[in-house]
Amino acid sequence: MPEARSGTATVAPVLTRPPAEQHDGTREVLPPELGERQIVFDLSDVEVRYHGVTAVQNVNLRIAAREITAFIGPSGCGKTTVLRTLNRMHDITPGAEVRGRITYHGEDLYGPRVDVAEVRRRIGMVFQKPNPFPKSIHDNVAYGPRINGHKRGDIGDRVEHALQRAALWDEVKDKLRQSALGLSGGQQQRLCIARALAVEPDVVLMDEPCSALDPIATARIEDLMQELKSDYTLVIVTHNMQQAARASDRTAFFTAEVDDAGRRVGHLVEFDATEHLFTQPSDPRTEGYITGRFG
Amino acid sequence: MSTVTAPATTSLLQSRPASRGRRLRNHLATGLIIGSMAVTLVPLVFLVIFVVGRGGHVFGWHFLSTDIPILDREMGGGMKAAVVGTLLITGGATAMAVPLGVLGAVYLNEYGKQSRLARFIRFLSEVMTGVPSIVMGLFIYILWTLHFKSFSGFAGSLALACLMLPIVIRTSEEMLRLVPDELREGSYALGSRKVRTIRTVVLPHAAPGVISGALLAVARAAGETAPLLFVIGIVTDTNSNLFHGPSTALSAQIYKNAISPFVGAQDRAYGAALTLILLVFVFTALARVVTTVYARRTTAAV
Repeated sequence: MPEARSGTATVAPVLTRPPAEQHDGTREVLPPELGERQIVFDLSDVEVRYHGVTAVQNVNLRIAAREITAFIGPSGCGKTTVLRTLNRMHDITPGAEVRGRITYHGEDLYGPRVDVAEVRRRIGMVFQKPNPFPKSIHDNVAYGPRINGHKRGDIGDRVEHALQRAALWDEVKDKLRQSALGLSGGQQQRLCIARALAVEPDVVLMDEPCSALDPIATARIEDLMQELKSDYTLVIVTHNMQQAARASDRTAFFTAEVDDAGRRVGHLVEFDATEHLFTQPSDPRTEGYITGRFG
Repeated sequence: MSTVTAPATTSLLQSRPASRGRRLRNHLATGLIIGSMAVTLVPLVFLVIFVVGRGGHVFGWHFLSTDIPILDREMGGGMKAAVVGTLLITGGATAMAVPLGVLGAVYLNEYGKQSRLARFIRFLSEVMTGVPSIVMGLFIYILWTLHFKSFSGFAGSLALACLMLPIVIRTSEEMLRLVPDELREGSYALGSRKVRTIRTVVLPHAAPGVISGALLAVARAAGETAPLLFVIGIVTDTNSNLFHGPSTALSAQIYKNAISPFVGAQDRAYGAALTLILLVFVFTALARVVTTVYARRTTAAV
């Protein structure tokens, strides 16, 4: 699709779906500017294979700027696999192969001249298991700015700013030189978010960021996501449907079906405004999943 | 359900027949483990007692700072030449084998992985581990000593480096494999490139283990006699130039003096043995301290 490089021009059909008040007058109306939201990612016919075996296919979706897009679905449906195509994390997975086309602000993400390190600088990632480096709290957050060549004097401010954005500063400001591994799981995950923010990305991908955390830590991360979406585009993978319903603006439901050869292949079933998807799913499989009848 | 669980009145302390057998097996296994430990410790303890008993009376600053007497039958004297030689030769070998071995391990674990070349190198490295140390000595003798027509400490370093290299590669690769992939991914996700990730995340995380492995190789090399026999010359006066002129080493002097019929030489052999044990011990302890301090700075909790 010959789109404008700025990415502002095209409006995805899925993003321009009439607001949900048609179905239910009482429901909160989606923000009116939604239709003009900038498209960050545009995936068309994306397929990922591991060692020649298709894991997920036929993924077509568009991710809009400054909102939270959630990927839900049962285990093995390919939601994490799709998420990892967005910052080219599959490049380091042996045997992984991404087909189809993914554009980022109109640019081909898998183009031959794309600098993968630059891609990952713009598109940060938070992992399922908190993975702070075995360094001090300060050095964890400073890692990104350091590798990107920021000067010493500058880094202290960036670290503070990132920790504040991640709502962790007050808890750690007096022990920045201590090891990050001494923090609790929830703190470690917020540290990982701060570490991602310190690079000043455009997008933050979160792969089940709360699955290893207790409900209180989960609530903190969810609050944090709401705050971050004013400045960042967030894409989260979650097993927790309530989380998707609570936290996201748009939800993509994936599922896996057994193909002719007896393999489970994931695909995208439905992608819609979260409110709409959870109340008026257009596909019976989505309805089955969200009402707990399968998966 | 027909099976009934033990009535509530049964004492918890009263063991059922099945658990009595288990308790017996537990005691047996514990006994065996303690027994094996004792068997392992016996040779070590006796060796230390024996060496200290026979070499302790000659050991001291004088022993470390006096050259080796030219004549075996002379009493007294020291092992200065051998201490200097061992430090220089082992140090030279370490300087060559450790960086090369660690880089090799980085290649194998981070780049080569399961590729044909990596598997071939891994195989060669294993074969190299099995090569008898005297063959390494012969190899360097033919390649280096005969070529330059002179003995030197450096030739000894080369032979010891050949011996250390596969050990360093193996232990380092093992340690790099233990670095969780989540850390690598975390680094890549921040826009770090591969070399940077290896340098700033992978290697620091693996460092304590890599250092331990390197130390194992150093300790092994410091005690080797065979590879040095024909390449360093084994002289009695101190040669502080690693690259020029014949040299000597503690291991070689132990061999030479222990087979002498004179009491003075035999005393010196035991003194040299004690010196060698202490040297390896000091290095091991030193490296442990360094690793602990380093690990505390980077990884320790709280």
